[in-house]
Amino acid sequence: MQTARPDGVDGSAAIDEVIRCEQLTKRYPGNILAVDRLELSVHRGEIFGLLGPNGAGKTTTVGMLTTLVIPTSGRAVVACIDVVARPALAKQVIGIVPQTNTLDRALSVWENLYYHGRFFGMNAKAARIAADQLLVQFRLSNRAKASVMELSGGMAKRLMVARALMHRPSVLFLDEPTAGLDPQSRIALWEILRELHSKGQTILLTTHYMEEADSLCDRLAIMDHGHVLVINTPKALKESVSADSIVTVSASGDLDAFARVLQERVDGVTRSQRVDNTVQLHVKGTDGVLPKVFAAAEQAGFNITDLSVAAPTLETVFINLTGKELRE
Amino acid sequence: MTTAAAATPRDLTECTRSTVAASLTAFKALLLRDLAVLGKNFGVFAARTIVQPFLLVFVFLYVFPEIGQGVGGSQGVGGESAFATVLVAGVVGLSIMFQGIQAVALPLANEFGYTKEIEDRVLAPLPVSLVAIGKVVAGAIQGLIAAAIVFPIAWVVHSKGIEVHLSVHWPILVTLIPIACVMTSALGLVLGTRISPRNISVMFGFIVLPITFLGGTYYPWTTLSAVKLGGFPWLQALVCINPLIYVTEGFRAALTTTGHMHLYVIYPVLLALCALFLWAGIRGFRKRVLS
Repeated sequence: MQTARPDGVDGSAAIDEVIRCEQLTKRYPGNILAVDRLELSVHRGEIFGLLGPNGAGKTTTVGMLTTLVIPTSGRAVVACIDVVARPALAKQVIGIVPQTNTLDRALSVWENLYYHGRFFGMNAKAARIAADQLLVQFRLSNRAKASVMELSGGMAKRLMVARALMHRPSVLFLDEPTAGLDPQSRIALWEILRELHSKGQTILLTTHYMEEADSLCDRLAIMDHGHVLVINTPKALKESVSADSIVTVSASGDLDAFARVLQERVDGVTRSQRVDNTVQLHVKGTDGVLPKVFAAAEQAGFNITDLSVAAPTLETVFINLTGKELRE
Repeated sequence: MTTAAAATPRDLTECTRSTVAASLTAFKALLLRDLAVLGKNFGVFAARTIVQPFLLVFVFLYVFPEIGQGVGGSQGVGGESAFATVLVAGVVGLSIMFQGIQAVALPLANEFGYTKEIEDRVLAPLPVSLVAIGKVVAGAIQGLIAAAIVFPIAWVVHSKGIEVHLSVHWPILVTLIPIACVMTSALGLVLGTRISPRNISVMFGFIVLPITFLGGTYYPWTTLSAVKLGGFPWLQALVCINPLIYVTEGFRAALTTTGHMHLYVIYPVLLALCALFLWAGIRGFRKRVLS
């Protein structure tokens, strides 16, 4: 039985489902279809990733889930609250780390946390305590009084994560959290997200870095052109490639023809396709494959300039699904 | 990374607060934030509030009479005093107008154009329209403070012999000031949501300057009837599109006994302008933050 609760909580949703999108669609003026009939379900406590190239519709999806983008049609429910119908209520339970630095430049580091807490109904004492704690937790205590303009990119991002956590959100949204960060800050942020995950925080992040998606996310939705192509765990996605390794061959000449040659003449190749200026081979049982590739190339008159072997990655999955590279 | 007691995420069964209660506390906190920022920068705020009116009264009411080219000087010291009286009301009105633009329009233009930092406040748990209204209220409070700072200056700074004849009509003053402050802040909201940071100089050149010079700061509106073209007082009619004219005329009514536009015109027009600018400003604000 469905019961409407006074605080707008939709009783029909399973309690472990934190985010649900039904046929969620966004069409921008000019008939630009950014997100097309998206179906998504994110469970409590998982890190869920939206992986895709720029323009795939990831940021628009997050925008719709966080009330800033109004869907053209469909439904979005976060923590049992209909985001479109009750945006002000939904904002109570979501925390957001946007792609750009949106820290309040008129306030100090500590004040950014404090006033955020006050916005969300914390009294002065509670906000003060929480701000102090989060600064310690995020190793920013020695910057408490500094202006946010003085923070490095990595520190600013940490502060934005801390700010988003001030009001204990049911879901933490991060839009391209490590874009533009140096490698060290990126790893530090990953550690923070893993720790939050271990405490049961539900996280939805968007990324176009496949290693980030691979190492952080419990489940992934691969997106392209506003569509979800596939949703699964990183492991299952990589296994779906059904190859033990990926051989990438660079050569001169007609690469489409070369791809056909390798497919026909090399045993163990399950798939061979041209990807930009290379030929990618999906190989089962790697033993002795490389000499066969060289032999086949020589017979057919192709000159190999470079060759590499790697385990299947999410990149491979993406190429399989779309025929193009994800690109960083 | 240290493992200090981090806040645990909210449980899904945990009740949210009612939207009304949450909106109210969030609105108060937004004001608190704006006032805290004002408190931090009060020196700059006071200086920027004072400079323009101070220079204005210094030049017109001190330097001009001292060097013998005082405005109204042809009628002797009495004429200069009459001008001083006209100017006091004009200067207070002008300061409130500038405050609305500086406290609301300029920060908003930057926040929308470059920094996007407004986004965090838009994500506070209240309707987006209330965030915009909060900006107007904070701007209006700054307008009130500006008026309080400027009034004594306009009153006191003048050459020897000049007397400012003030006669305060309290009921008008205490109703007019808040309305004027809200109106100018709402205008600030309209400008701030529509003008890109690149075009701020354009805004000053084509909006702020005409408003200032044709806003009845230096002359009562009633006297403009003398400026005629083919018997038609064109300038008097034209400046009616200027929101500032109703503020300065209102202050003339509130502070002096000089002739002024009728209060039956001033109040309805100011209230209508409040409604219009609030409507347009909130609409512009929503357009900028929501897509």
